[in-house]
Amino acid sequence: MISVNGNPSDVAPGTTVTELLRMLDAPDRGVAVAIGGEVVARSAWGRTSIADEARVEVVMAVQGG
Amino acid sequence: MNIAGSDLDPLILGTGGFARLETLGEAIEVTGTSMVTVALRRMGVGGDSIQGSLMDVLGAHGVAVLPNTAGCYTARDAVRTAQLAREAFETDWLKLEVIGDERTLLPDAVELLAAAEELVDDGFTVLPYTTDDPVLARRLEDVGCAAIMPLGSPIGSGMGIRNPYNLALIREGTQLPVICDAGLGTASDAALAMELGCDGILVASAISRAHDPIAMARAFRAGVEAGRLARGAGRIPRRRYAEASTPDAGLPELSP
Repeated sequence: MISVNGNPSDVAPGTTVTELLRMLDAPDRGVAVAIGGEVVARSAWGRTSIADEARVEVVMAVQGG
Repeated sequence: MNIAGSDLDPLILGTGGFARLETLGEAIEVTGTSMVTVALRRMGVGGDSIQGSLMDVLGAHGVAVLPNTAGCYTARDAVRTAQLAREAFETDWLKLEVIGDERTLLPDAVELLAAAEELVDDGFTVLPYTTDDPVLARRLEDVGCAAIMPLGSPIGSGMGIRNPYNLALIREGTQLPVICDAGLGTASDAALAMELGCDGILVASAISRAHDPIAMARAFRAGVEAGRLARGAGRIPRRRYAEASTPDAGLPELSP
């Protein structure tokens, strides 16, 4: 089971980061992804597939000082 | 002010605390700022629909973004957050914030310096939010930070500049731009920061949480300008006793 932002998800193992972001309807700008605590470079989103049991964090821009 | 080769307006606006994005946009226009701070949080937690258009608003107003590492308590977390920010915003610029205490949100000097050194080595343009400590400021300069951002007082406290003497010492002790960050409460605090020799200020809550944020944005703009002009004009020295501004010579004798 892959977890996304601390919640169990039905994302299938092998899904790429780009595919995940599309599933989440993420905006183009102000978004970043880490898998198992390691940040995935934007340039690697298309070729990085998510393994089973992976902990994925998807963060986005929010207001803050 | 010039930071790492970029010309910036002396007023950096924090985006935190604005109840409506329209108000944030108007505050950007009224302050004339060229750079605003942003943060990163998990997608899907609280108001994505509102936050989703934050980047659109910032893009529409043509301001650069300065991502922060707010909420980080260790160098490790701050470095990871910085790496996320670099991918999210496609910028190497960073407001480095490593907090050491929940109640005061004061910086953790040890973790801050460690994170700053690692991030500079990794190619980031690091603007550290720091205590008003002139020695720490020098250490941050030594590891290659691009500016020094000492607090006036704790974040969101509105207590103004608690130790103007230290800000002046930081100014004298570094070649880097100095930006007074955190604690400013009203426009006169911005003026004082500039009079002390700061190159700029970073303000969020004092504007976003004011009763009338746009009026306060305008006041801060004027405060920054007044302080900058006064600094350049050179204030008179403080004296213990009066010095008459009207001459004694020619005073008429009026006793009977």
